[in-house]
Amino acid sequence: MKKTLFDKIWEAHVVDSIPNGPDILYIDKHLIHEVTSPQAFNELKERKIPVLRPDQIVATADHNTPTQNQHLPIKDVLSRNQLKQLSQNCADNNITLYGLGHPNNGIVHVIAPELGITQPGMTIVCGDSHTSTHGAFGTIAFGIGTSQVSQVFASQCLLVEKPKNLRVNVSGKLKKGVLPKDVILYIISKLGTNSGTGYFCEYAGNVFEEMSMEGRMTVCNMSIEMGARGGLIAPDETTFEYVKGKEFAPKGERFNRLKAYWETLKTDQGAKFDQEYFIDAEEIEPMITYGTNPGMGIKITGSIPLNGGKSAEKALKYMGFKAGESLLEKPINYIFIGSCTNSRIEDFRTVAAYIKGKKKAANVNALIVPGSQQVLAQIEAEGLKTIFEEAGFTLRQPGCSACLAMNDDKIPEGEYCVSTSNRNFEGRQGRGARTILASPLTAAATAIAGKLTDFTKHLN
Amino acid sequence: MEKFITLTDTAVPLEIENIDTDQIIPARFLKVTDKAGFGDNLFRDWRFDQNGNPNKDFGLNNQKYKGSILVTGDNFGCGSSREHAAWALKAYGFKVIVSSYFADIFKGNALNNGLLPVQVSPGFLKKLFRLIDENPSAEIKTDLENQKIEILSTGESEKFDIDPYKKTCLINGFDDIDYLVSKIDSIKKFEEKNRKNESTPSAFI
Ligand code: SF4
Repeated sequence: MKKTLFDKIWEAHVVDSIPNGPDILYIDKHLIHEVTSPQAFNELKERKIPVLRPDQIVATADHNTPTQNQHLPIKDVLSRNQLKQLSQNCADNNITLYGLGHPNNGIVHVIAPELGITQPGMTIVCGDSHTSTHGAFGTIAFGIGTSQVSQVFASQCLLVEKPKNLRVNVSGKLKKGVLPKDVILYIISKLGTNSGTGYFCEYAGNVFEEMSMEGRMTVCNMSIEMGARGGLIAPDETTFEYVKGKEFAPKGERFNRLKAYWETLKTDQGAKFDQEYFIDAEEIEPMITYGTNPGMGIKITGSIPLNGGKSAEKALKYMGFKAGESLLEKPINYIFIGSCTNSRIEDFRTVAAYIKGKKKAANVNALIVPGSQQVLAQIEAEGLKTIFEEAGFTLRQPGCSACLAMNDDKIPEGEYCVSTSNRNFEGRQGRGARTILASPLTAAATAIAGKLTDFTKHLN
Repeated sequence: MEKFITLTDTAVPLEIENIDTDQIIPARFLKVTDKAGFGDNLFRDWRFDQNGNPNKDFGLNNQKYKGSILVTGDNFGCGSSREHAAWALKAYGFKVIVSSYFADIFKGNALNNGLLPVQVSPGFLKKLFRLIDENPSAEIKTDLENQKIEILSTGESEKFDIDPYKKTCLINGFDDIDYLVSKIDSIKKFEEKNRKNESTPSAFI
C-alpha cells in the first residue's frame, strides 16, 4: 500500500493498538520546560512512579525567564520558584537541563534543532503547542498537555488516536520580500484557523523544497494555528546538511546508516490524503494580521474584509480597526522580533541586511530577542549586534519574551506591536496589547518607517 | 480521576467563537507549580477589569446564570497546549463544556481531567443558547453512557461522539497513566526490538 510520510513514521512507532481506541505511540524525544512540567512531576511523585527514560528527555528554561541580567537572581518570586522547581525535578530524575545562562539554553523549539536533538523520522513531544516546529525535519512532533507529560515520563509513550493526513502544496516562484512567515500566514488566512483540526499536515511543493531549515521551521511552527496537531516536510539534502555535525547528531558510520533510512522518508507517489490543497506561490505577498486570531490575515497592501461576522466585529473592536480599512500608514510604536517562529540566525540576518545604515523611527521601540544563546553568540560573531545597535534596536538575552508576556517584556495596553511571533490573541503580549503578526522583514521595515508601509517597493 | 456517568444541571452561556486558551487562563497565571487556585483566574481579563472589579456584561458574572455546564461558541479552546485551561474550568466548577467544535489539544486535556467536552451540531448549539436565554433555569442532561445531551423541558436531544476508550476511562474513573504503566513490558520489548534494528532513530537515542 502507498503510504504518506506521516504514516511511515507513525507506524514505525506504534507499540500496540487498543481495539476501537487509540494507539500506544512510542516517543523518541521528550522536551520539557518550566511551565508545563511541574504538575506532571508532582503527579508521578504522588503515585510513586519513576521516570522511565530520563536520557530521552531534555529540559530548558524559556517561557518564564527574564531577557535582561540573566546572571542575577530572578526578581519575580513566582518565576524564580518555578525555575528552582525545574532544576530540582531535573536533578532528582537525572534529566539534562539547559538552565538560564547555560550556553545551550534557549527556546525549546530553537535549541533542540540546533543541538541536533531533533532528527528526521523521530517522534518528539513537548508540553507546548508549537512543538510542531520540529516537523521541519520530517519528524512527527506535537504539543501535549501536562497529563500527557506525566504519561510520557511514566512510559515513554502516549495514547493517541492517529490523526488524518492533510497536504498543502505551494508551487511556483515567491515574490520579492515574501518570507516563509508570509507563506504560512497566507495559508492560514486562506484555509482558516480550524481547517487543520484532526489532521497532521505535510507541506509539499518546490517552495518548501527550496526553503532553508530555518524557513521550514517557521512554517511548521504555525501548523497549530490552523488547528493541525503538527506539520511536516520530507527530509532532504538540506535537512541532512543541517543535522550533520550538530552536537547530538549521529556521527560517522551511524550518520550514514541513519541517512540511508531518512532518505526513505517521503510520501509514496499516489499515496492518498484525506484532504489536499494547492496554492500558487505568486499569489503570496507580505502578510499582516488585523484581528485576534492568526487566520485574520491580509496582504500588507490589502484591506480588512467587510462582513466578517460577529467574531470579526469583536476582534476589530479590540484592535481599533474598521472593516474595509487599509492598514498602510498606520503608526506603530512597538516591534518584536523573536519567538520560536522567527528568532533563528537567518531571521536576524534578514533584519540586519534591511536595517543596515538606517535608523529606526523615533516613535518605535524595537525589541530583538534571539531564540537561544547560540543564536545570540552568532549575532555577535557576525557583527549583527553592531548593526542593530546603530539602528537603535534593543538586543536582549534569549527566551520566549514578548511572545507570551509571562515576564516583564509586555506591550502596553492599547499599543500596536508588529510581532514575528505566532499568536495575536487578545492580551497575548500583555493586557490590552494589540498584536499584528508579520515576517521579520515586515517588522524591520515597520520599525524604520514608524508605520506599516509597502516596503517591497524599495527592495532591490 | 473522578467518575463521570450522567449530569443534569443548568447552564452558563458564553456565546463567543474561537475562545482561545489565553482567554481561558492568561499566561501570567501560569507561574505556579501546582493545580490549586486556577478557578479564580478563569477568563480573568474578561471577567474583571484592570482594577479587579467584575465586568457586569460578562456571562459568568451574570447572576441569572448558574450551573456546571458551560455552553460556548465554535472552536473552543484553540491556542496553546496549557492544561491549566482545563484545570481552571474544572476548578471554577464546570463539569461539561458544550460547543460545536473543540480544538484538539484542549479536548484531550479536558478528557484527561474528567471534564467532558460535548460536541453538538451548530443548530443544536443555537437551540441551547436560545433556551438558556429564554429560561436560565432550564435543565440540560448529559448522559455519557448513551452519548446523549437532552433539554429536559422539551425533550429535544442530540447524540454526541466520544472515543470509546476515553468513554470507558471516564465512566470508570481510570486514566491513561494507569493503562500505560500496565503496558511497560510491551513498551520495553518494543525498545529492545528497535535497538537491534540500527536503521531506525530509536536505536540511537
Ligand atoms: S516563543 Fe512563544 S510560542 Fe514559542 S515556545 Fe515560547 S511562548 Fe510558546
